[in-house]
Amino acid sequence: MSTTTLEKSAASAESEAPAHLITVTFRVRRFNPEISDQATWQDFQLEIDPKERVLDGLHKIKWDHDGTLTFRRSCAHGICGSDAMRINGKNRLACKTLIKDLNPSKPITVEPIKGLTVLKDLVVDMEPFFQAYRDVMPFLITKGNEPTRERLQTAEDRERFDDTTKCILCAACTSSCPVFWNDGQYFGPAAIVNAHRFIFDSRDEAGEQRLEILNDKDGVWRCRTTFNCTDACPRGIEVTKAIQEVKRALITRRF
Amino acid sequence: MSADTSSAVDPVEGVSLYDVDNPAPVIEPPRKRTKKTPKSTRTNFELYGWLFMRLSGVVLVVLVLGHLLIQLVLDGGVSKVGFAFVAGRWASPFWQGWDLLMLWLAMLHGANGLRTVINDYAERPKTRFWLKNLLYAATVFTVLLGTLVIFTFDPNIR
Repeated sequence: MSTTTLEKSAASAESEAPAHLITVTFRVRRFNPEISDQATWQDFQLEIDPKERVLDGLHKIKWDHDGTLTFRRSCAHGICGSDAMRINGKNRLACKTLIKDLNPSKPITVEPIKGLTVLKDLVVDMEPFFQAYRDVMPFLITKGNEPTRERLQTAEDRERFDDTTKCILCAACTSSCPVFWNDGQYFGPAAIVNAHRFIFDSRDEAGEQRLEILNDKDGVWRCRTTFNCTDACPRGIEVTKAIQEVKRALITRRF
Repeated sequence: MSADTSSAVDPVEGVSLYDVDNPAPVIEPPRKRTKKTPKSTRTNFELYGWLFMRLSGVVLVVLVLGHLLIQLVLDGGVSKVGFAFVAGRWASPFWQGWDLLMLWLAMLHGANGLRTVINDYAERPKTRFWLKNLLYAATVFTVLLGTLVIFTFDPNIR
């Protein structure tokens, strides 16, 4: 009979729909310079599917609970690098972190990344980060005439710097670096990774120049090999290894 | 449901000192990088400093552990160390060389390490300048005094 099946499906939908949802507390670091000079923690209780991402939780808060919550996100799929934040004390992309992987029985803390000026809530001023990026000249530099066809490269030559091409400039590594926290003059892991990408590119001819830049007092020698950057990288780049390779290139260049 | 544990509004009766036209100051990170920052010095000082730390560290492991073994463990331990013991050891050029090398390497290694710490933690240029000057003065004084003593040591001082 149609009515009974309707009732049944309605009943089952009612009992099943919330069954996969769990209650999660989001503890978000809020800062609004137009209200107070102090940053505070604010708790939000959400009914959410544990298979959803932290970014979905932030969306839920912004769309359904508190529209003043401010954070960056663009593609929401781990490519644009806009939504790096400190989740449960670790730098991650909110769009690549599943709630079930975070022990949702405890409050999930969400903070802005460290070492950069917090402008509002989870939004930081990325300018010093991009200044360091620009300072290593992250573009192809060649001498002589432009070839009439593409610049060819063997598969092995491409493999040499493959790892560092994966960087999405999310600043998770740089803002996890204790040296960078204390001294913003240090280039930081991300800038060195992007210099590495061109230093070890066989088509590029300005490797010497970039090595010279990174040889300076705020360059690779300030790296303390704490591996925070490698742990933080959402793309799985071996950041510390890349920094060490630049150091090795500098030493073998001298001796 | 949003359950506030703490309000973002100023505690003073909901009256905020700051508004849209008068926002609170933001907290700048220490020694922020700007367009004017890159001042390339084009020296290899940091490279040599880094290498020196590694190489002197390896040599110091041997020198310091050997020193501690001789002074504190072997042949009666620390109780044997006295004027006569030191005089006896410094009669040999080998031990003079050992102690001289240990003094120089340990002092420069430690001074370079402290220089790194100052670079990491001192934020204001003046603090950095004075802390480093103090460090360099202390290092030069200790190294020179130690060297002087090793070379001019007179066992018949009395």
